[in-house]
Amino acid sequence: MGKKKYKLKIDRERCKGCLFCAEACPLKALSISDDVNGRGLKYVVLSSPEKCTKCGLCVVMCPDCAIEIVEEE
Amino acid sequence: MGKTYTRPNSMKDVLTHYCPGCGHGMVHRIICEVIDELDVRETTIAVAPVGCAVLAYDYWNFDTTEAAHGRTPAVATGIKRIHPDKLVFTYQGDGDLAAIGTAETIHAGNRGENISIIFVNNGVYGMTGGQMAPTTILGQITATSPYSRRSEKEGFPLKIMEMMAVLPGVTYLERTMLTSPKEVIKTKKAIKRSFKRQLDKKGFSMVEILSPCPTYWGLSPLESIKRIENEVVATYPVGVIKEDK
Ligand SMILES: Cc1ncc(C[n+]2csc(CCOP(=O)(O)OP(=O)(O)O)c2C)c(N)n1
Repeated sequence: MGKKKYKLKIDRERCKGCLFCAEACPLKALSISDDVNGRGLKYVVLSSPEKCTKCGLCVVMCPDCAIEIVEEE
Repeated sequence: MGKTYTRPNSMKDVLTHYCPGCGHGMVHRIICEVIDELDVRETTIAVAPVGCAVLAYDYWNFDTTEAAHGRTPAVATGIKRIHPDKLVFTYQGDGDLAAIGTAETIHAGNRGENISIIFVNNGVYGMTGGQMAPTTILGQITATSPYSRRSEKEGFPLKIMEMMAVLPGVTYLERTMLTSPKEVIKTKKAIKRSFKRQLDKKGFSMVEILSPCPTYWGLSPLESIKRIENEVVATYPVGVIKEDK
């Protein structure tokens, strides 16, 4: 069995673009989108995936359960 | 890190109606995480307030009822007395708890009801359009304090927790804020402590959470968090206010 891998999953339709996550990210891996989601709101994107350590601080700050850390298939 | 971190089971898979950066969404999730961790989802009864969180029962995947404005501690008293083994908590805004519901709050505490109160203080009446609340801090401009809150005209901010601390029936009081992951984790610990104390039959407890209302503060979500750190905590210092053994 190989070591489990994890990834950050952002649900753009849940995100309201408050950026609490981006502010909390110690490595500044998150930023705001250029386009908008179905509700007309800008949403957060993992702009520097290589920086992300899946520490979960963004998940702690999210008011909308829009970010999750899940197992990679 | 090597761990998954997903939406808690106690939180339904629905979008909330809250504005971007609203603290209610954070507090809802924190409560759900605590309920999952204590494994009490099926034995919890919440009482939702009148205020922006009036629809909390649409978001929580456990039994939740609704009370008239400010009356949640009275309704929770009845529920807890009939179901002493259930986890019973109220979820209230500062208008609900500290204005129209002041009497219910104080008397539930004074009777030492074995319930938990989660008090979300955003300093305004969010649902009705950002009017001044008893908790609005001095100098704050709101829809009904257009010249800002001045002590000589509108009175001083009401420090409910400090008032409750003198009541012998009140056993645990903590004030926290939602300004950083560290503070959010402290908030979660406080809510967990309050729930655990109730399950251990230790009596009345209350957690006040300084929460952002970007819409009616006229600030961005990130500016709102800075405002809590720079202005609001000066009036409402965070930390444990009372903890009986
Ligand atoms: C008896 C009664 N009086 C007044 C109102 C109007 N009202 C609805 S919500 C609210 C205040 C809510 O403010 P708060 O408790 O701080 O919650 P928030 O919306 O900020 O989360 C008021 C005055 C009402 N619904 N019922």
